[in-house]
Amino acid sequence: MMSDWVIQTDHLTRFFGARCAVDQVKLNVPRGSVFALLGRNGSGKTTLIRMLLGMLEPTRGSATLLGEDCRLLSPATRRRVGYVAENHPLIDWMRVDQIEDYQRSFYPSWNGKLFATILDHFELHPQAQAGQISRGQRAGLSLALVLAPEPELLIMDDPSMGLDPVARRTLLEAMILVTRGAGRTILLSSHVLDDVERVADHVAIIDRSVLRVSAPVELFRSRVKRWQLRFAGEAPPSPVIAGLLESRRDGRDLRLTIANPSGDIEQAIAALNPESMEETPLSLEDAVVAYLGRRGELVSLLQSTRERQGVA
Amino acid sequence: MAFDFNISPGNSTPIFRQIVDQVRLAVATGKLSTGEGLPSVRALAEKLLVNPNTIARAYAELSRDGFLEGQPGRGVFVARPRQVYTKAERLRRVAPLIEAVVNESLSLGFSESEIIEALRQRLASFRRNP
Repeated sequence: MMSDWVIQTDHLTRFFGARCAVDQVKLNVPRGSVFALLGRNGSGKTTLIRMLLGMLEPTRGSATLLGEDCRLLSPATRRRVGYVAENHPLIDWMRVDQIEDYQRSFYPSWNGKLFATILDHFELHPQAQAGQISRGQRAGLSLALVLAPEPELLIMDDPSMGLDPVARRTLLEAMILVTRGAGRTILLSSHVLDDVERVADHVAIIDRSVLRVSAPVELFRSRVKRWQLRFAGEAPPSPVIAGLLESRRDGRDLRLTIANPSGDIEQAIAALNPESMEETPLSLEDAVVAYLGRRGELVSLLQSTRERQGVA
Repeated sequence: MAFDFNISPGNSTPIFRQIVDQVRLAVATGKLSTGEGLPSVRALAEKLLVNPNTIARAYAELSRDGFLEGQPGRGVFVARPRQVYTKAERLRRVAPLIEAVVNESLSLGFSESEIIEALRQRLASFRRNP
């Protein structure tokens, strides 16, 4: 029987010298999902992906890809996985058609029609030399190379980085296209949250090497809440509340963003004695930023600049 | 003309909720009429460029609430209007919205008759362009 998980990790850990890049990550990626891995630059996303693909040894812990140990992936399993690496590395001295021939030789099946269609969408000529094409076209070519074998699992490391809006749109279309195949899974890391909101049904958030969230998108969104409070006088300092992600204080206003608020959260907030309090809805980006920012009481860059210049 | 969805990511309203709200409003205002067909989950996902699971969830909720019905092998259609909720439940659902409208209007300094007139005009606009 096929497993429900295409990726499973347990206590997956990687050190580089004394620095821990991935810290005891337990991740389950369900078959058929579009799973977005979110986190700031340097948070450990690429290291995690490279371990999943067997390109990097874990220091501790375990990981499986399509049911196989990531350290011992067989060629047959590797062929079922497509990988779009960060920055779209290509063999720059080859022509597009030569790269296609080369790549095709590794796979038992190759959808040449799909390959040609994607090239066409990115206005790529088969005779063009890989070293001469634009950034968007590089993304298009690596996408075509990875999609043509019709992989069961597609892993993309920040595929939209540096793409113009048109190329980004085509990338989105390609991801939706992949979901046409039953049970095909995409794991992508990205910073473009509008696109993530369109295509992803699961999100995971990695913050400073630690996996903080892994959930269906809607569940994640429903668990992060924000209250806007206004006080008669100066707002009090940030209260101690379980799950407080962020608190912003500006004069009489206090804004609290809280993860997994408990049932009595409203009473806890009301105990601060605000003049008014209102729950305000968050966008996906608001919720993610609240997770990834610094903990505790925050001052925005704009606010601190204002105070420094004495315009507050 | 076919009903057109308009979704915007980055909004505080999730995409799945935007789709549900738009269908409900279109049915309520007659822009979508009983028996009219909607795109399949796959077709709408590819048109709006959103995950098909998101569309499927929106359609499932709309079917559960009696706005849409799936006909096996044929597609998704606007259902004959029926009340799946009791009057009491419907009142319970609309109460917070009425409270918000009244509170906000009063705090902005509108009189009772001005609020009622504004509601009347809004309702009339639906009668004018069904």
